[in-house]
Amino acid sequence: MIPAAFDYYRAKSIQEAFFAKQQAGADAKWIAGGHSLLPMMKLRLATPPALIDINEIDGLSGIRLQADGLVIGALTHHAEIAHSEEVVRTWPLLAQAAGLIGDRQVRNRGTIGGNLAHADPASDLPAVALALEATLVAEGPSGRREIPASEFFVGPMTTALSDDELLTQVRFPVPSGKVGSFYCKYPHPASGYAVVGVAAVAQLGPDGKFQAVRVGVTGVGMWAYRAETTEKELVGKLPTQENIASAAQHAVDETDVSQDLFASEQYRTHLAALYTVKALQAAVQAIQ
Amino acid sequence: MGVTVHTRVNGQPIEREIEARQLLVYFLRDELGLTGTHVGCDTSQCGACTVWLDGRAVKSCTVLAAQVDEHEVTTVEGLAETVPEAQRIEGLHPVQAGFWEKHGLQCGFCTPGMMMTAAELLANSERLSQQEIREALEGNICRCTGYQDIVDAVAFAAEKMGVSVERDVTASI
Repeated sequence: MIPAAFDYYRAKSIQEAFFAKQQAGADAKWIAGGHSLLPMMKLRLATPPALIDINEIDGLSGIRLQADGLVIGALTHHAEIAHSEEVVRTWPLLAQAAGLIGDRQVRNRGTIGGNLAHADPASDLPAVALALEATLVAEGPSGRREIPASEFFVGPMTTALSDDELLTQVRFPVPSGKVGSFYCKYPHPASGYAVVGVAAVAQLGPDGKFQAVRVGVTGVGMWAYRAETTEKELVGKLPTQENIASAAQHAVDETDVSQDLFASEQYRTHLAALYTVKALQAAVQAIQ
Repeated sequence: MGVTVHTRVNGQPIEREIEARQLLVYFLRDELGLTGTHVGCDTSQCGACTVWLDGRAVKSCTVLAAQVDEHEVTTVEGLAETVPEAQRIEGLHPVQAGFWEKHGLQCGFCTPGMMMTAAELLANSERLSQQEIREALEGNICRCTGYQDIVDAVAFAAEKMGVSVERDVTASI
């Protein structure tokens, strides 16, 4: 399968990338690892007239633990995130999720920025970005903008980024207090994409009750979302099996459940509750 | 649109004028005649097209040839040269020798991709379990062998390369 013809620009700096984008027009696409975009182009589901390759831009890759958070450059490959000691120490669920994407070769090439900007409804990282309340940093010809994850995913394969903006880094706040986190998914057996994926963050107060709960869900609806009803129901309660199971019944309240050849609406709803329980229980167990 | 690519493939400098939409796997096979890299599913699932890009295993059906400009590609034809001569077994990379020795292939279609992934795993590991070998080969599909002989082949190579392999109970499942 061969993509439709396109013009190709290789940008060596962000300024060059913006200039190329201006020349190539609004329908031109950025390309990084290409592991979301190229498969769609080969199937001719996407036929951008031009690609602007951002791989060679310096400074867009790498993981840094800073005072204001764990900062990951947009071009950082999933394999690097999965094996990073800083990530494992700060937010183990992020390393887990990155290590569950596709397979070894895909993780060697796919990037965090490409994954989030593509916003596939069944992609793993959007659930994690939501649960961790990440900040997505975008740069455009008119300057830099910070977008909270809660405002980033706005539709199927649609984000808050404007046509001329480039996602340059993702910042995850550093946890404080007694916090545990976990990501688990039911992968599609062929593609590895999440039929259901749940990222859970749990924080317990001195009384042993939930002080904060955040649940990001992917694969279930047309875009990733926070299971806010489940979260609210748990705050102030003890992390018992019964409380968690009861709250998880609301795991799909914030979305329209999708169905496809692999999973019916009913099956996805069942899996969403099941994996919400699994993720929350494991997050509680991970609290040290 | 034409694009110029300067790259190194198996250590050889290459310069070509190509169409921007040409995928790396077709560049290797059709432009350079390196047909050891196979096209299986063409949808980044099966792993038959796996090559190394700057030493990391990637699926060459999902990389543009234009993107390897100023980067280094290794295909199965150059695999043996990625280990020191002392480690080669009758001129073969230990992974190639392992597939021979342990009957790691039947039809052979998936074999180049399997070997490129396995060799990258071994190049970046000090010790491994059989389970880790299986997980590393998750993105390579074989329709003949049932995988056990492939895992044995990789374990054989690991031993030759000084990577220790723990036997574990799940290995034969």
